Amino acid sequence: MTALTSSSQPRIGPGFRLQWEAAQDCHVLLYPEGMVKLNGSAGHIIQRCDGERSVAAIVADLEQAFSAQGLEGDVLAFVRMAGEKRWLVWA
Amino acid sequence: MSSTAIGPPLWLLAELTYRCPLHCVFCYNPVDFAQTQNELSTDDWLRVLREGRELGAVQCGLSGGEPLLRDDLEIIVAEARRLGYYTNLLTSGVGLTPERAAALKAAGLDHVQLSFQDSTREMNDFLSHTKTFELKNRVAATIKGQGWPMVMNVVIHRMNIDHVDRIIEMAAEMGAEYLELANTQYYSWAYLNRDQLLPTREQLRRAEASTALWRERLGERMRIFFVAPDYHDGRPKKCVNGWGSMFLNVTPDGTALPCHTAKMLPGLAFPNVREHSLREIWFESEGFNRYRGTGWMKEPCVSCDQREVDLGGCRCQAYMLAQDPAAADPVCVKSPLHHRVAEAVARAEAGAPALTEHPLVFRDPANSRRLAPAG
Repeated sequence: MTALTSSSQPRIGPGFRLQWEAAQDCHVLLYPEGMVKLNGSAGHIIQRCDGERSVAAIVADLEQAFSAQGLEGDVLAFVRMAGEKRWLVWA
Repeated sequence: MSSTAIGPPLWLLAELTYRCPLHCVFCYNPVDFAQTQNELSTDDWLRVLREGRELGAVQCGLSGGEPLLRDDLEIIVAEARRLGYYTNLLTSGVGLTPERAAALKAAGLDHVQLSFQDSTREMNDFLSHTKTFELKNRVAATIKGQGWPMVMNVVIHRMNIDHVDRIIEMAAEMGAEYLELANTQYYSWAYLNRDQLLPTREQLRRAEASTALWRERLGERMRIFFVAPDYHDGRPKKCVNGWGSMFLNVTPDGTALPCHTAKMLPGLAFPNVREHSLREIWFESEGFNRYRGTGWMKEPCVSCDQREVDLGGCRCQAYMLAQDPAAADPVCVKSPLHHRVAEAVARAEAGAPALTEHPLVFRDPANSRRLAPAG
């Protein structure tokens, strides 16, 4: 995987599956014999990681959706952490 | 305990059959498995899957015995996937032909856990009482070819623990994403064979050192889980993360259990999915409520500051080693009967009995019928 930049296009890593779990009231990532519960902001970021949108596009989308600014640092930090855990991959 | 305090059964383990082409000496299936005749039907299993999902289950394990011996496995997988489970096939690999793998992939199977008995053909084949080593190698390639994440599972004991270095290397070469080095848990067949299977402390120390080196070398490429050997640690572990807290096991004949081996416990009736819904079973049955939480505990557990951490350890181990399912797990150094565990470990230090003196008991129907209580 290349270094993460704002033009990287992250998607869910192989073997992981993202879904909304009503019983948990949150988005979860499922993987072999396990589950990660995602908090609200992680859920908002990761559901936009479709392999098409760049980090910059995800940031813009979130800033618009939540009428916020300056989210790029938080998004990059989450995506980088998720990449280390193989939840997300990018070219 | 009110039902609001009880979380959902996140892990539904469907033991589809006790039939198995392997005869592993450490199998946790009940010693009397051969008495189980009437397996649940396809429709029963589909109903169980739906009821589990309604309760909030997300992980579905398809296990056995060898689940590939069920010719409706693809139907069961497809329904599980459709319902939103993450579907895990736990297999010896025997029967996973390229054709079957393609059908399971099409049905939506998410992941395959492949068991190996050792890194060498001789020991793999000896421990499983079959000739399967080459086949497992081929199956590993099939699994990778379908793009499934692969968990390799190797049960570790005295006879293969010195090969841990090579086992890890083999798993990495095969492209496994996860490797479980599962120190043997001494129930059922493994309990019968305990004296031959318990490793020495020095063997464990070397295996842990090898594992640490490989973890550094491989980083995130392959995760290695080293399941702690509780006999040697002196610390009990939570039974399946807490009795009735997240794990629900359904055996081939439909008996619902809070752990793989709980059926051995005396004085407890476990409900059957043919007669009760999973909701009743999970929240209301005596079998699932008896050892939930800490209310059932006695000394030394009830006043122990670790009681919420380990929940008193394993109820089956308490029954097997202390003849009392409500006793402290004797692997705990605070158990008044810990000496029974210490003595077994001391015998391991002194050297395992020669195989001719105390032959290994292979898990097969003939031995099962011989060892089961007449009934």
